[in-house]
Amino acid sequence: MMELVCPAGTPASLRAAVDAGAHTVYCGFADDTNARNFPGLNFSRPEMAEGIAYAHARGARVLVAINTFPRAGDEATWHRAVADASTAGADAVILADLGLIAHAAEAHPGLRLHLSVQAAAANADMINFYAATFGVKRVVLPRVLSVQEIAAINREIDVESEVFVFGGLCVMTEGRCSLSSYITGRSPNMNGVCSPASHVTYTEEDDELAARLGGYTIHRSAKSEAAPYPTLCKGCFKVGPRTGYVFEDPASLDASELLPALAKAGVCALKIEGRQRSRAYVAQVVRNFRNAVEALEAGQPMPAGMLAGLTEGQSATAGAYNKIWR
Amino acid sequence: MTTLAGDTRAARPIPEIPPFLALGLRLAPSAPAGRILSEVARRILNRHPRLIERLGPYRQSRFALMATDVPISFLLDLGKDPVCVSLHAAPPEADARISGKLAALIGLVHCVWDGDALFFSRDLTIEGDTSAALALRNAIDDAELDIGAEIARLTGPLAGPAARIISLAEGLTGVPLTRTEAVR
Repeated sequence: MMELVCPAGTPASLRAAVDAGAHTVYCGFADDTNARNFPGLNFSRPEMAEGIAYAHARGARVLVAINTFPRAGDEATWHRAVADASTAGADAVILADLGLIAHAAEAHPGLRLHLSVQAAAANADMINFYAATFGVKRVVLPRVLSVQEIAAINREIDVESEVFVFGGLCVMTEGRCSLSSYITGRSPNMNGVCSPASHVTYTEEDDELAARLGGYTIHRSAKSEAAPYPTLCKGCFKVGPRTGYVFEDPASLDASELLPALAKAGVCALKIEGRQRSRAYVAQVVRNFRNAVEALEAGQPMPAGMLAGLTEGQSATAGAYNKIWR
Repeated sequence: MTTLAGDTRAARPIPEIPPFLALGLRLAPSAPAGRILSEVARRILNRHPRLIERLGPYRQSRFALMATDVPISFLLDLGKDPVCVSLHAAPPEADARISGKLAALIGLVHCVWDGDALFFSRDLTIEGDTSAALALRNAIDDAELDIGAEIARLTGPLAGPAARIISLAEGLTGVPLTRTEAVR
């Protein structure tokens, strides 16, 4: 059966994910070492140890995301996070920074290493380099590849591949996007936050919801319209005479119908985005995808359209997997 | 709107408080109701110390919870010692304001609905300090609270009958007054 890798932003979400049928849960420490460094989210060191014990007792694994890029002069914070994840019993750490991966491979030779999507490893040469040099065992592929490209990569690598199948859809080259930094001075890469809440305001104006990031209006939603996340890549802008989504429509990824194709392409693990979401989201999405992978295993058709209400902009896309947007 | 698989309450649309009940709530004396809700809030915070830890820099913030189908706003003032909940006819000053149907606000606490999905569908609005609102949402989500059970416990030896009355009220109004067991 394909492995289901599920998000947990809090200990309660971790328990919800495990109870709903997650094979594996990924989570992070409550600091800027992980790419979901949101207010009120993430795990203290004792919570991480408790969460891992809860998962292990029920046959589930826990991966710790330490997938931001260490600040110059403050590498010790990231080194400590890797050491603490290892001590807590993490089944693997998910890393992006080359230097941190080198450190982890040297200082914690028994610790399984996964390459984060933030490393933007989008070709076989790059993945093979990480595998040969540092012993990386799994790569999380960027969300810019088609199913055919994923199959081509898998034919040329010896490590496991994991792909996103549901949730927020980053349409940029991950780990290298500076849009959030440009407006707010903070980025997912260095601070673990894209469009940080501290820079977001919502106001009701003339029957519209105006979303602003760093003081710039990036979206206006009429009462009847679904609201998006306040990210620049899905903002609605005026360009010449046109007003529209310049980069991408506000939509979430839903690749549930592509699970058979992804399995055929050699993918071994399916990742659900959403550590910033509630345990209601986690429980519902995990339960649905657990049913889907079991249906796949049994050769039954994929259940579809179960999760539309949970998607950004109330709209879903297969993203680059079908590559109709290029 | 999104629903939680396994919770039959979540399969229904977010219920609106009937006008006659909304009027009744409006006419109810706000001071005693505020005292009861303040006591519930204090008990919750005593039983869930990690909730306050999760709030981090927002542990003394003021949150206005504005029910759009009931002419009452609630102010949760974490900066007061002890913590205080007060009822207001007009929206009070606060660091962050969260608006939605009363059932949506209570359902969020009880994990019937996902907060982001309610935001996408416009069933929930956030104004003011977005960080503070997000911290509160995440801290409450992790605490796995049950407001109905807390209110029932307040009645001491009458907790059993009180819980049954709360359950009856939930059935009549559709407002998710207790925590869902579908998510654990």
